[in-house]
Amino acid sequence: MRSGEKQITLLIIFLSVALIYIARLFYLQVIDTSYVYFAQNNVLQEQTIYPARGLIYDRNGELLVYNDAIYDLSVIPEQVKNLDTLAFCNVLNLTKEEFIATFARLRRQKGYSPWRPIVFQRQITIPTYAAFQEKLYDFQGFFVEVRTDRKYKHSNAAHVMGYIGEVSEKQIENSNGYYRMGDFVGQSGVERTYEKVLGGVKGTRYVLVDSKSRTQGRYKNGEFDTAALAGKNIHLTINLKLQQLGEALMKNKIGSIVAIEPSTGEVLSLVSSPTYDPNLLVGRERGNMYMQLLKDPYKPLFNRPISAPYPPGSIFKVIMSLMGQQEGVLTPATSYGCHGGYLFVGCHPHGSPLQLRGAIAVSCNAYFCQVYRSVVNNPKYKHVEDAYQKFYDHAYSFGMGHQLGIDLFGEGPGVLKKSTYFDKIYGRYRWQALTTISMGIGQGELGITPLQMANATAAIANKGYFITPHIVKKIDNKSNPNPSFNKKNWTSVDTGYFQVVIDGMQDVVEHGTAYIARIPNITVCGKTGTAQNPHGKDHSVFFAFAPKENPKIAIAVFVENAGFGATWAAPIASLMIEEYLTGKHETRKYLLDRMLNADLIKRNDSTSAKAK
Amino acid sequence: MTAHQPKPSRIDWLTLLIYAILVCFGLVCIYASVFKETHPHIWDTSQNYGKQLIWIGVSSIVGLMILVIDEKFFFAFAYFIYGFSIILLIAVLGFGTTVNGSSSWIEIGGFRMQPAEFAKFGTALALAKYLSGYNVNFEKNRKVQIISALLIFTPMLIILLQNETGSTLVFASFIFVLFREGLPGWILLAGFTFIVLSILALLYPPVYLIIGVSILAVIFLLLVRRTRSLVLITIGAVVVAGLFVSSIDYAFQNVLQAHQRSRINVLLGKNVDIKGAGYNVQQSKIAIGSGGLWGKGPLQGTQNKFRFVPEQSTDFIFCTIGEEYGFAGSVAFIGFYVFLLYRLLLMAERQRQKFNRIYGYSVVCILFFHFLINVGMTLGLMPVIGIPLPFISYGGSALLSFTILLFIFIRLDANRVNELRTAFD
Repeated sequence: MRSGEKQITLLIIFLSVALIYIARLFYLQVIDTSYVYFAQNNVLQEQTIYPARGLIYDRNGELLVYNDAIYDLSVIPEQVKNLDTLAFCNVLNLTKEEFIATFARLRRQKGYSPWRPIVFQRQITIPTYAAFQEKLYDFQGFFVEVRTDRKYKHSNAAHVMGYIGEVSEKQIENSNGYYRMGDFVGQSGVERTYEKVLGGVKGTRYVLVDSKSRTQGRYKNGEFDTAALAGKNIHLTINLKLQQLGEALMKNKIGSIVAIEPSTGEVLSLVSSPTYDPNLLVGRERGNMYMQLLKDPYKPLFNRPISAPYPPGSIFKVIMSLMGQQEGVLTPATSYGCHGGYLFVGCHPHGSPLQLRGAIAVSCNAYFCQVYRSVVNNPKYKHVEDAYQKFYDHAYSFGMGHQLGIDLFGEGPGVLKKSTYFDKIYGRYRWQALTTISMGIGQGELGITPLQMANATAAIANKGYFITPHIVKKIDNKSNPNPSFNKKNWTSVDTGYFQVVIDGMQDVVEHGTAYIARIPNITVCGKTGTAQNPHGKDHSVFFAFAPKENPKIAIAVFVENAGFGATWAAPIASLMIEEYLTGKHETRKYLLDRMLNADLIKRNDSTSAKAK
Repeated sequence: MTAHQPKPSRIDWLTLLIYAILVCFGLVCIYASVFKETHPHIWDTSQNYGKQLIWIGVSSIVGLMILVIDEKFFFAFAYFIYGFSIILLIAVLGFGTTVNGSSSWIEIGGFRMQPAEFAKFGTALALAKYLSGYNVNFEKNRKVQIISALLIFTPMLIILLQNETGSTLVFASFIFVLFREGLPGWILLAGFTFIVLSILALLYPPVYLIIGVSILAVIFLLLVRRTRSLVLITIGAVVVAGLFVSSIDYAFQNVLQAHQRSRINVLLGKNVDIKGAGYNVQQSKIAIGSGGLWGKGPLQGTQNKFRFVPEQSTDFIFCTIGEEYGFAGSVAFIGFYVFLLYRLLLMAERQRQKFNRIYGYSVVCILFFHFLINVGMTLGLMPVIGIPLPFISYGGSALLSFTILLFIFIRLDANRVNELRTAFD
């Protein structure tokens, strides 16, 4: 090879390398566009702007829930320099060991980067925040981030409002990527059902970050940013004053109160007792408090009024009276004698025989067993199953045995068995009214939630229809946010049959079992119930509406294992009605005090001890 | 014989211009890659670009000095310079400062120097002087070949001991110089074959390769006129290749260090570890790839500005060019660089003195090798070996040593007219 050729050989090598590199560059820069995307991924960071959550008011505009600033202490570990650990621990009230342990925990966290801000301590108290702010200069690398959390102005209606908590993985999955780990959403109550309304819409801000995730500026001057949309405010149908009284009355008692405005289906009060202070479920102790409430044997987190099925007891007799008439097996003049009971169903002493109105007033067991028998063993139908189906349909039309569709999370269906259920137990055609006779007086295979009971009361007050109970009155100050809550749901009982029953309920209060529930100048119609149950003493039950003409409030009260309906449930309901209609308890101070002060939980304890 | 001063007009101004353009462009790239809003001035000496500016000044002065020194100085002091650089290299082994795992730095008053950089032109001078001596025939004389090899391998070995793989490999570029001076082409070819075989050996089990090489040998023997010696040579080549392939696998597992293994694996696309060893290359490719056809514009490269590419201003400076000036700019840059190499090749070939020519070839080959490895590395075509892109990368001692390397050649080249005149005197 001559020297000239060697020179050319070298030149060819140079040129081939250049060409290979140019080809490679052409591939990287022109053909393969994925690198542009990777580069954007590198520098573009999507930051979420959290909207303010909507506020919640009661029906009269009284503020219930608002947002409170909370302070998170964050740290960029890389920037921590010359930290006076002792002073730092003093301000935060930490021991040195805790300090070290916290840092170790942070380091183990997924996605830890010493250049990225990370929360060192969540929700420091305001005094700590103040003390910290003073010495901020000494603690390089640490800073305080302000977020908002829910704050409850009153400690009432915890079960209605619910609480917010971090999203679960399932919720993240179902949200199509809207929710991110660590977001807070409503987990129960109105916070949950109206999450979309209250939660608003998150905004996004695109920022440029460097390789250590430090913000370097806005991406294209915020051209692609979206603003956060604040959540809308909600007005509940709840009347705060009524709710407060209800909770006070139910203090130291287990049970529920549901009050509904019959003409609109608006829930005026929804008391679940024992209740809890909703402020326990916010802030840094949220988790601990939640576990504590969960462990409480009286289950304060359990939303009794909408999910607990109780045997209705005697108040079901009212429903029986209505369906008997509709089925044509009962007239107001029908009279049955009471011989201290019916078969194995006992009865208390009262005048006999009685017509329908009187039977309601004294709550005669025998009478309603007869009514039940005549409905279910109705000769009009070939089989008992067909007649029972009528019973089922009527009860169903009053809202029993299924969810009413209230705008709260966790509503229970109650218990109302189909005929096939009894077929399974006794065999087809092998059972009849007497087999299930206790259902005639609201016992046996019946379970009804306080909400369903209040709703049925509203239906009676409306003489034949109810409006689905609901809890939200206004969204963003606009009334009637959900038009489906305007519809009248007609029961299967004609309007004409209601009058005698209502008269009977009036008698109950005027001179019947619930004399104690009488309110001066107001005609209250009600019915007591004393529901036998497998858990101990009878449940004290009462439902009522008032005033008789133009009813303004329908109410159902359940006090668990408290005894006669007339002893506890009736006075409580009566006081509630009085509160709502007059706002005063001048003539019945003694009754109010007695109800407020009664401690049935402890008393129950003593009776159960005696039983042992 | 009268001594003639070289006429200044004989200095190759074009090469000087290319040098100046490259150095200035390099400064712009360094400025872009370490730019901070808080230090916007290019003469801010607390930043890399300010430091580089100082080094450019220093290099210019040294370059100017070289241009006025008598060209005989370099010939006369070639062995001395070589010896001095070897001593420096050994000294570094003892007193060096360790930077990024390689103990190849000497620190003087805040400025760090890498003697390995100076050993490059020292070796070039010594090799040129030795091979240009009377009765020295590299092509024929075995002793000359061995001494040449020793001249190259000595600094190589010391630098390898300093854990500075990149600079060690640069000395491989002298193989091109020796090729020009009579090293048979087949050695170059064999070297290339061995590189290909090594890569294949790392990718596939040795058995397959031995079978493949044997098949190729049989085909070769079927096609050519078979003489006894050719058959023997072929069989020998196959055996050597087989042994080589088997030993590569062993060496890879047992000789190389873990980080070197993982770098090679990344290069071969075996286990691309985006967070670890592959991070540099991946980020480098992202930066270059995101430049597109026309680039993002000066100071607009987001990957650059926000420090996604490590060693951005030194080894990965080409990313800045790729991202901010795009395909068009990169091609122009490569074209410009190859033009410099071509220009130097022409200059080397036009030398009448063997010393000048060999030194010229050394310069071309050293620069080419840096270009080959450095740019190839940023494109993911070469293993990540930390060597700078001459005249562009940040680094004082690198810039200074490349300036000296180039300017000595420009000085030698400037004298060729005087040689002519001497000849005609």
